[in-house]
Amino acid sequence: MTISTLLVILLCLPLSGAIINGLFGKHIPKSISGGIGTAVIALSFLVVLSFFNEINEPVKVTIFRLIHLDLFDIQASFLIDQLSIWMALIITGIGTLIHIFSMGYMSHDEGYYKFFTYLNLFIFAMLLLVLGSNYFILFFGWEGVGICSFLLIGFHYSDPEKGIANSLAARKAFVMNRIGDAGLVFAIFLILNTFQTLEFDVISAMVEKGGIDGVSLNSVLMIAITLCLFLAATGKSAQIPLFTWLPDAMAGPTPVSALIHAATMVTAGIYMVTRSNFLFELAPFSKEVILYIGVATSLVAAFIALRQNDIKKVLAYSTVSQLGLMVVALGLGAYTVAIFHVTTHAFFKALLFLGSGSVIHGMSGEQDIRKMGGLRKIMPITHITFLIGTLSISGFPLLSGFYSKDEIIGHLFAENPVLYGVIMFSVILTGIYMFRLYFLTFHGTFKGTSHQKNHAHESPLSMTIPLMVLAILSVFGGVLNLPGLFIHDGAHWLNHYLASAPGLDLIVHTEAAINTTLLLMGVASVTSIGVLIWAYLEYVKKETLAKPDEEMSGWEHLSSKKLFWDEAYHILFTKPAEWLGEKLNQVVELKVLNAGVIGLATITERAGNQVRKLQNGLVSSYLFWMLLGLIMLIVSYLINTLNWN
Amino acid sequence: MRNAINKQLINMGNTATVNIDFFVILASLLFVIGAFGVLIRRNMIVLLMCIELMLNAVNLLFVSFSTYYGNADAQIFVFFIIVVAAAEATVGLSILILAYRHLRSIDVSLFNKLNG
Amino acid sequence: MIATIITQLLGALAIASAMMVVLSKHPVRSVLYLVVTFFFISGLYIMMNAQFLAIVNIIVYAGAIMVLFLFVLMLLNLNKDAEPKTPMIIWIISTVAGGLFFLVLIAALKDIVLVNQKDDFAQISNIGLVENLGNTLFTKFVVPFEVSSILFISAMVGAILLAKRDKQTID
Repeated sequence: MTISTLLVILLCLPLSGAIINGLFGKHIPKSISGGIGTAVIALSFLVVLSFFNEINEPVKVTIFRLIHLDLFDIQASFLIDQLSIWMALIITGIGTLIHIFSMGYMSHDEGYYKFFTYLNLFIFAMLLLVLGSNYFILFFGWEGVGICSFLLIGFHYSDPEKGIANSLAARKAFVMNRIGDAGLVFAIFLILNTFQTLEFDVISAMVEKGGIDGVSLNSVLMIAITLCLFLAATGKSAQIPLFTWLPDAMAGPTPVSALIHAATMVTAGIYMVTRSNFLFELAPFSKEVILYIGVATSLVAAFIALRQNDIKKVLAYSTVSQLGLMVVALGLGAYTVAIFHVTTHAFFKALLFLGSGSVIHGMSGEQDIRKMGGLRKIMPITHITFLIGTLSISGFPLLSGFYSKDEIIGHLFAENPVLYGVIMFSVILTGIYMFRLYFLTFHGTFKGTSHQKNHAHESPLSMTIPLMVLAILSVFGGVLNLPGLFIHDGAHWLNHYLASAPGLDLIVHTEAAINTTLLLMGVASVTSIGVLIWAYLEYVKKETLAKPDEEMSGWEHLSSKKLFWDEAYHILFTKPAEWLGEKLNQVVELKVLNAGVIGLATITERAGNQVRKLQNGLVSSYLFWMLLGLIMLIVSYLINTLNWN
Repeated sequence: MRNAINKQLINMGNTATVNIDFFVILASLLFVIGAFGVLIRRNMIVLLMCIELMLNAVNLLFVSFSTYYGNADAQIFVFFIIVVAAAEATVGLSILILAYRHLRSIDVSLFNKLNG
Repeated sequence: MIATIITQLLGALAIASAMMVVLSKHPVRSVLYLVVTFFFISGLYIMMNAQFLAIVNIIVYAGAIMVLFLFVLMLLNLNKDAEPKTPMIIWIISTVAGGLFFLVLIAALKDIVLVNQKDDFAQISNIGLVENLGNTLFTKFVVPFEVSSILFISAMVGAILLAKRDKQTID
């Protein structure tokens, strides 16, 4: 099997799964529908594994030509290099686990086949995004995941009590994504204008060779392109200013939150910036901007998460905060480190979301942690895996999260110690809110209704097996990029592995001094364990309960009200837009357009009425007109034959 | 007798000095009077009669040109025009009687069912 | 000389009686005036030595067709009050249109160049005599002659069919 055949199979598998489920899903039994949906993703995972094994050099496969003009060509071509294979592994691997989870979680839902259709479609679009070899295919996948995100967030749009809220959340996600997409389109136009091509490797080579008009360090053109690209990244990866859709997107089913809003779609922005590293390296100003936005986002989201009481909302803000951390890594130029954190984050965030799904399932749909408590005895597997995820995200030593965060913090310390302090504060906050979530959910006394208590149960195997797999990955995922101080030969394996992507090979990694690394690691470990102990004391020993909304004041009030971001956007953007729409409707639509169009019809009708009076049925009048016509004819004959002297 | 008349006529013809222009204007005038009558009169019978007047004007023109060129074809044409006028008058009058039975009047302006 | 004067006189009289046809209020008088017009026109034909046509004009037109008109007029039994009156505006418009028409015709016809440009008639020949006309009719134009018989048949059948009394309309 040649590489191109395998690639086509890889792309067609999720697409065919989507088509089969979409067209026939209603008529086949649920188990087959879910089985097909999961099987195609599992097969895709196997194909990507084979790529992983075989491919050492980047391979470019062109399938057909899309646009052919004198100025430029755009092909439907795919670049299989280490970066795309790695992303594809994450997508298909975690995708398979989430599909298995969904088979159990969504088993009572009547839109079962639709769910798998959309999930498969999403995987297809995401694969297009990461495998494309030019910005055009990337954009295609970009839009595709946006659409699938919309469809999946608003999946329960006909729910009697929450249907409208779901649809509004889906619309919000879509609109905010769209704003980012505008940035991407504009960037593509600029790139096309400057380089006359959209292929990553060609542009990278052109940048390396140099000599193109306007392409120089910190030139206006480069800053424009990179800032537009980053605008798109803020839309997809939920950074300031376009992050408020992500918490609302928790209105979708939990597997959706796990797959799309933890592991894959939100990392599309990170991936895109990594792919465009050769452009960002030419615009250090943009990298500064990215750095500060990442720090700000991380801090703001962590602050808001401190007093959220919905289990999924806490995790959503946690995602935004972790994405901020990844963006910090991008701003520092440490692209492979960002991808490392993407990987570990995919592991533990998917684990946490699936765990929360298991909790919600066991609590018959309850999502407020103030009504939970003491679940560790009722749901042991969920409890252990959730604990592992929480430890990993807070940077508990030797788990995967610890290593990836430490890399980022290490680079940041070398660049800017002040920001390092800010990020450490954000890390502490992360630990606090995550442990708060864990302790309030699984420890203490049960605070729910007796009905929930009677029905509380551990989830079936189809849901717990993915949890266990992800937990193992969260524990041991750190080996992918161990720092040089633990092992000599395989150190920073992921960094080296990814370094052969276009552009990334030019980036020089400086290893920090061993002393600094040890020091930073020590600081991180101490803070992490310290937070764990404080949280244990606070929430278990002192049994501090989460306050009801009315009793919060001061910073707690600000935190639980999400720092009033949504309200601010509503006043700044939504209201003026609605006002404009109203005005346009009244003035332009009703007066101008209606008057124009209907007026045209009225004029025609009136004119017709007048002309109608000519036909009065009287022979004499007809004869009169005939005579007149005859006179006209003769006169015209005369005029023609007159000699104009 | 015939020869005598012929001689007289030939004598008259040799001194004839009437222009073709006169006959053209005369025929045009008669034709216009007929057209005027068609436009003016509302009595159906008089309408048909004015049409006959127009036909006669044309006949006059034809005959004058036939004499002018010495060609007999135009007079044959006049013959056939008279034939057709006879047939047309017949049928026209029977239609008129039919219409009279419907409307009890011979006013042309009452025939306006095609109005609007 | 005399012929010219007679021709012009006949022409003027024909015009006058044609005007009376159009203008007279009584329909029977219109018919009679038309008969008189036909006589004058036949007179003109005789002046041009179209003898056959002159006689045919009298016999067929004035004799048969006008009598037919008279019969229909008498059949309808209308009196003077039933004559429809046309409004003044129509008079004005029609007069103007008619006058315009006449002017335009004259203007169109005045400058035409005839092939045989002659100041007066050629010798008034004998082509209008019965024998010569009959010769042309039955040799050159015999087919239209036969076809006209079909025309007459269809006109007769049509007229009878149309004027037949239906069972429904009771007069």
